Amino acid sequence: MSDVRLEGVTKTFKETVAVDDISLLVEEGEFFSLLGPSGCGKTTTLRMIGGFEAPTSGRITLGDRDVTTLPAYKRNVNTVFQSYALFPHLDVTENVAYGLKRKKVAKKDIDSRVQDMLTLVDLEGYGRRRIDQLSGGQQQRVALARALVNRPGVLLLDEPLGALDLKLRKQMQLELKRIQSEVGITFIYVTHDQEEAMTMSDRIAVMSDGRFEQIGAPHDVYEGPQTEFVASFLGASNLLEGEIEGVEGDRAKVRLAVGTTISLPAERLPRREGAVRIGVRPEKLHIRTPDSSDREEPNAVDATVDISTYTGVSTAYECITGDGRKIVVYVQNLGRPEAAMAPGTRVRLSWLPEHTFAVEKGKRPDVEQGGQGA
Amino acid sequence: MERPLQRSDPGLIEPRDKPGEDDRGRKGFVPFFLTFPGSLWLIIFFLIPMATMMSLSLQEGTIETGYRLTGHWQTYVEALGKYDTQLIRSLIYGLVVTVATLAISYPMAYWIALYGGRRKNLFLLLILLPFFTPFIIRTLSWKFILADNGIVLGNLKEWGLLTEGYQVLATQSAVLAGLIYNFLPFMALPLYVALERLDPSMLDAAKDLYSNKRQTFLRVTLPLSLPGVFAGSLLTFIPSVGDFLNSELLGSVNTTMIGQVIQREFLVNSDYPEGAALSFLLMFGVLALVFLYTRAIGNTEELTGG
Repeated sequence: MSDVRLEGVTKTFKETVAVDDISLLVEEGEFFSLLGPSGCGKTTTLRMIGGFEAPTSGRITLGDRDVTTLPAYKRNVNTVFQSYALFPHLDVTENVAYGLKRKKVAKKDIDSRVQDMLTLVDLEGYGRRRIDQLSGGQQQRVALARALVNRPGVLLLDEPLGALDLKLRKQMQLELKRIQSEVGITFIYVTHDQEEAMTMSDRIAVMSDGRFEQIGAPHDVYEGPQTEFVASFLGASNLLEGEIEGVEGDRAKVRLAVGTTISLPAERLPRREGAVRIGVRPEKLHIRTPDSSDREEPNAVDATVDISTYTGVSTAYECITGDGRKIVVYVQNLGRPEAAMAPGTRVRLSWLPEHTFAVEKGKRPDVEQGGQGA
Repeated sequence: MERPLQRSDPGLIEPRDKPGEDDRGRKGFVPFFLTFPGSLWLIIFFLIPMATMMSLSLQEGTIETGYRLTGHWQTYVEALGKYDTQLIRSLIYGLVVTVATLAISYPMAYWIALYGGRRKNLFLLLILLPFFTPFIIRTLSWKFILADNGIVLGNLKEWGLLTEGYQVLATQSAVLAGLIYNFLPFMALPLYVALERLDPSMLDAAKDLYSNKRQTFLRVTLPLSLPGVFAGSLLTFIPSVGDFLNSELLGSVNTTMIGQVIQREFLVNSDYPEGAALSFLLMFGVLALVFLYTRAIGNTEELTGG
């Protein structure tokens, strides 16, 4: 009974359209992420599901119940807020018990459920602490316990790890995933951190300007981005101008602006003819000097190494193609120093047709909001 | 180096002790320096007058023959016997004023803090605007407004809406209204500050945890604004108990407050010891009530928590 359905939901604030006619089905027990840069409408979407904002138009259903106009306190949904919003005048136990008391759960049930929940989030013995006596990570756990103890059909999380430092964040990501599989509740998770979304989610919806750019499993969205925005926001992408030459069976041929023709699976094409942008991820590219005996993949372009950056685990080469386009290549550090290429080296970059994707020319995310997280 | 250096080693600077002492020395001096003007102020304008008054209250004599310190504490008993009505009346008035200003300013402060938007400061200014005129002028103008045949009552009587004998001035209501009016901002401003600091996501969280508007207010908003209620109550209660002007201008003999009595003792009867004793009795009364109130607020915080 706890799937979440949005149908044609729009939210406008005065002149601004925050959420623009989105539809979505989140299935029961799913870990679903809304991913996008700040101001893309992901938090507004979450707040509408939670009941803190009413949609300007459209319908929201939880299970078989239409909750579009139902106030938050009557919904079987709980939220973990970005700032945690713990009550400073109550201690940990009282915070966690708050919802159950309002629901008039029997006293002894409250006690045992609060205890169980504090155990689940690893905070036994902290019940009598005041909120300001807890660390950020502990506060985060209390916020989670306070929401989960009510056994909601859906748990909404609004950038819950945003205030934690990187190490704690990584740890809490795994922790959240564990808790979710333990309690089996639908999680809807808002984040601007693409890595976080990929690590935890069953499915991701990438949002931009109040619309969904793409919805799918992390693997599908990463390997087959459907828009230029997704290709650039979720990880790094090299995008090259091209013209569709034709489709033969399940293979399509595209002539790149640099002059070579490459092939890719036909179903990746957003259209059957005309101009497209061809994309390939930096780690999918092979780099070799023209005289090298290394194998060469079917799709290839020639370029010159411009900058090489050694990061230990890999080396990033920024190469410039004949028509002045920049292509980034990540080469894993396999311990072969002779493989290093100096700037100025003429190289051939090649990749497999299966690693190729194509998108319409479109909007790119702002650089500062790029996929590296905050 | 074969063994670690010992503290007793000759020529070894003891790095732990020396700077520590210096630090402590500086730490001791800086707070003293910073609080010096305040301390001086308190000594000159609080401690010395208090001691003088305390001594005065234990003296005997008349203004003509001079006063001598005799430790005559019976003045307290006599003063309390003579003016217990006025003292108790003042404390009750203070309580009424505190409750009334709280009831009036809470909704006002709540609305400005949560819904004032960009005009918050304008609304605050509007609360304060009447208080740009002096206390005595403000109170005096109420005397004209409420006069038996003034612009309000006079007209209402002419139109036959009130009987000829109807009176507001020189009643308890007039004194209380004056006090409430004059002390309102002292309640409204601390309340506003407390409510303004309230994180709106707290209210979302309460809503999320099955609280309707009433429960959200009682369980979250009110407890979190208690510091403002507390500060506002003290700022209203203490000066209103000791006020003499409102009763003097708007009241009658039936509304005489302890402030008026003290003022008369000093300025009319020249009975300084009794005036001083009454001042201390007033102070003890206020302190006792404030103490009880502090205890009660502490408990409320726990109660609303549960």
